[in-house]
Amino acid sequence: MLATARTFTLDGISARPVRVEVDVHRGLPGFAIVGLPDAAVREARERVRAALVNCGFEFPLRRIVVNLAPASLRKVGPGMDLAIAAALLSASGQLEWERLGAVALAGELALDGTTRPVPGALAIAEAARESGAEAILVPAENGSEAALAEGVDVVPLDGLGQLPALVAGEWEPPRPAALPLWLESPPDAPDLADLRGQPHLRHALEVAAAGGHSLLMIGPPGAGKSLAASRLPSILPPLEAGEALEVARIASACGRLEAAIRGGRPFRAPHHTISPAGLVGGGSPPRPGEATLANRGVLFLDELCEFRRDALEALRAPLEAGEVSIVRAAGARRLPCRFMLVAASNPCPCGRGEADPECVCAPHDVQRYQGKLSGALADRIDVLVAVRQPEAAEIGAGPGECSADVRARVCTAREAQERRLGPGRCNAEMSPAEARECPLDPDAAGLLADLYAKRRLSGRAHDRALRLARTVADLRGLETVGAEEMAQALQLRRRDRG
Amino acid sequence: MARWEVADACPECLRRSWLLGMLGPYLERIATGEPGSRSPELLRLSNRDLVEVAAPRVGGELLRRIGALTETELSEGLASAGCWASCRHGDLYPAQLREAADAPWALIGRGEPALLAELEPNGTVTVVGSRRATSYGREVARELGRELAAAGIVVVSGLAFGVDSCAHRGAVEAGRTVAVLGCGADIAYPAAHRSLWRRIAENGLVLSELPPGASPWRWSFPARNRIMAALAGMTVVVEAARRSGSLITADLAADLGRDLGAVPGPVTSGASAGPNALLAGGACVVRDAQDVLDAMLGVGARRLDRGGPALDESLAPVLAAVEAGERTPDGVAAALGLDGPAAAAALARLELLGYVACSELGAYTRTSQPTPADAT
Repeated sequence: MLATARTFTLDGISARPVRVEVDVHRGLPGFAIVGLPDAAVREARERVRAALVNCGFEFPLRRIVVNLAPASLRKVGPGMDLAIAAALLSASGQLEWERLGAVALAGELALDGTTRPVPGALAIAEAARESGAEAILVPAENGSEAALAEGVDVVPLDGLGQLPALVAGEWEPPRPAALPLWLESPPDAPDLADLRGQPHLRHALEVAAAGGHSLLMIGPPGAGKSLAASRLPSILPPLEAGEALEVARIASACGRLEAAIRGGRPFRAPHHTISPAGLVGGGSPPRPGEATLANRGVLFLDELCEFRRDALEALRAPLEAGEVSIVRAAGARRLPCRFMLVAASNPCPCGRGEADPECVCAPHDVQRYQGKLSGALADRIDVLVAVRQPEAAEIGAGPGECSADVRARVCTAREAQERRLGPGRCNAEMSPAEARECPLDPDAAGLLADLYAKRRLSGRAHDRALRLARTVADLRGLETVGAEEMAQALQLRRRDRG
Repeated sequence: MARWEVADACPECLRRSWLLGMLGPYLERIATGEPGSRSPELLRLSNRDLVEVAAPRVGGELLRRIGALTETELSEGLASAGCWASCRHGDLYPAQLREAADAPWALIGRGEPALLAELEPNGTVTVVGSRRATSYGREVARELGRELAAAGIVVVSGLAFGVDSCAHRGAVEAGRTVAVLGCGADIAYPAAHRSLWRRIAENGLVLSELPPGASPWRWSFPARNRIMAALAGMTVVVEAARRSGSLITADLAADLGRDLGAVPGPVTSGASAGPNALLAGGACVVRDAQDVLDAMLGVGARRLDRGGPALDESLAPVLAAVEAGERTPDGVAAALGLDGPAAAAALARLELLGYVACSELGAYTRTSQPTPADAT
């Protein structure tokens, strides 16, 4: 007897449909799975066998062949257990289910037949909707996550034992409510009020947040760089519902939805030993990297100079394009990665800075260390701020302005940008043509031209200064960029030396 | 390469250079170590005495090989490296070098040979200092180099990291500069300064007493310091630790009776301990290029026209705050009661006008560029 069921395999952050064909016929008893299964899929044999027996079904002592179509697509993960088990029950005549081909199933099985959650339930439910499935059966623990995909009937299942009652129409599980999406940082998230004093750093953070500009902080250890970076998500504007769903989809595909869902905008701070593949995604089939996990949020690279050069180089194109393209033999995958890059670095290997007489770094070491700061990645960083050691009086002073107040100003500035550029866009994403269209005061134009001539700037640096000046003007509610705004922008772009 | 370039050096003096190149590792063994370096004294010795001291066992063989070098071989060695030479008997050889007892027999160079003859004590200043210079030292060295070169003074230094390269960089922007190397003149050492080395050779001079292709030795740096000291009418130490090669240059200059200047630094800074000690010992205070000109040529002999661009009224108090010691936008804002962004904007403008400089750490310091009011 032959039976087919529909399931999905995860590919990057989206799910691809897989048809499970099970044939049970006479011959030497055996259980074979074909169709490019990975090790986890192949081991489904043992899980399905035990689950069937332990739920009171009979495991047919016949020749069983499971084919996963399309045969050319690599199938990964244990999420196909449920579909294989259901198709096997149907093929062996233990379950009369005509609609099996019309619904989709996804879930891992425990040996006792209960279901275990799978990563990417949201993407799978969305793919089920796209493929026209009537309903999708998912492990109960994935129910509320899958329910985020609207327009498909999500049926939560606790175990294989519930299938006969469900099929017979004797039992109807309650439909799960969709997980609430948090658009804003949770109230207990770290607040900018913790940053004492340091008005210059605060201003730089505010400008970077207002225009979505990338930010590099250079300063001695303990000056507050990491603290400032971790407060950035709390001053960014709240996520749009569509953006929040995108964030949830990526987090779900990486199996970390629970941690991410309450966070508002993502904040990712990978350790500096990370590989290029870990940072931008890679492997076969491609898995999203930290850059994609930080989509719509903040990617914080602490100790920028300690990162591997190839990892930083890999970040260049995605930073510009807003997406990662991973090309494999099976085709190219595009993963979104519209993140705000925030980096921090010590001035030299010992951290004190060469102006400090205590600094023991050899000039050669300092040069090599800072080489990464002047590389092509640093060229794409908009705001450079020098962070100094806070004074004792500043630390002793009361808390600074809280995140909510700063965010209100940031949101106003973002609204002005959206009016000018269109929904969802910010100044950091302006094309060179758009940047040059911004109205400029003659004095401001003079300042920029002066700098351009004196320091022999590249065209890119010129446009970046324009974008930053535009953001400063937006924060002040001005239509035209004046000399004051331009000077502030140039101060935040001190890097622009010839 | 034309033959005349070698014609300014006699084969005997050139052979001395080649001998030094061959003696490199032998001198390394005896010339370095405590106390200080003996290489300038060693280089006073005649060829025969030098090999006797440095390489008694192979000395005879070395002398035989040097003696066997023909004029053609020497000139081809120079030409293939793109170098020319001038010896102490030549017309181009600077007169002030001949005075020194340990003067190099021959100078191998790259760049315009005629410039060598133009090097006069009163038109040449040596700027030396620490390789591990602070941003203060680098800024001062660069500004000093730029202003001296702009005033027509040739700036001599050693192409090393830190102060040396900053002085060169400032000088090539505005005029001419001479780099004296501790390796062959055709070798850019340190390699990081290759482009600077090339620029100097294009509109200045690169000099060495070692033959083309010679590698740098520890002993060859004190040795080239004596050439730097002897070339210039005045030697200025910008920044140097208490035991620094720059102080060797200063001692050598003082021994030759040349003027000695030092740039004062914070008494707490180890990087300025050397120049501060020189000042305590009677060296001239060098705050800017004008001080150098005054010391070398006599007060008032030459006035520099150095007024910077006009200052906006709103910028003057900010500049005053930086002069008073505020180094960050936050500090300036607090001192003047401005809001942070306004202070930052003012500092950016001052930097653009050249009145302040900003370090990698974001600390603003006053440059030596005077305001129009100061200059009059």
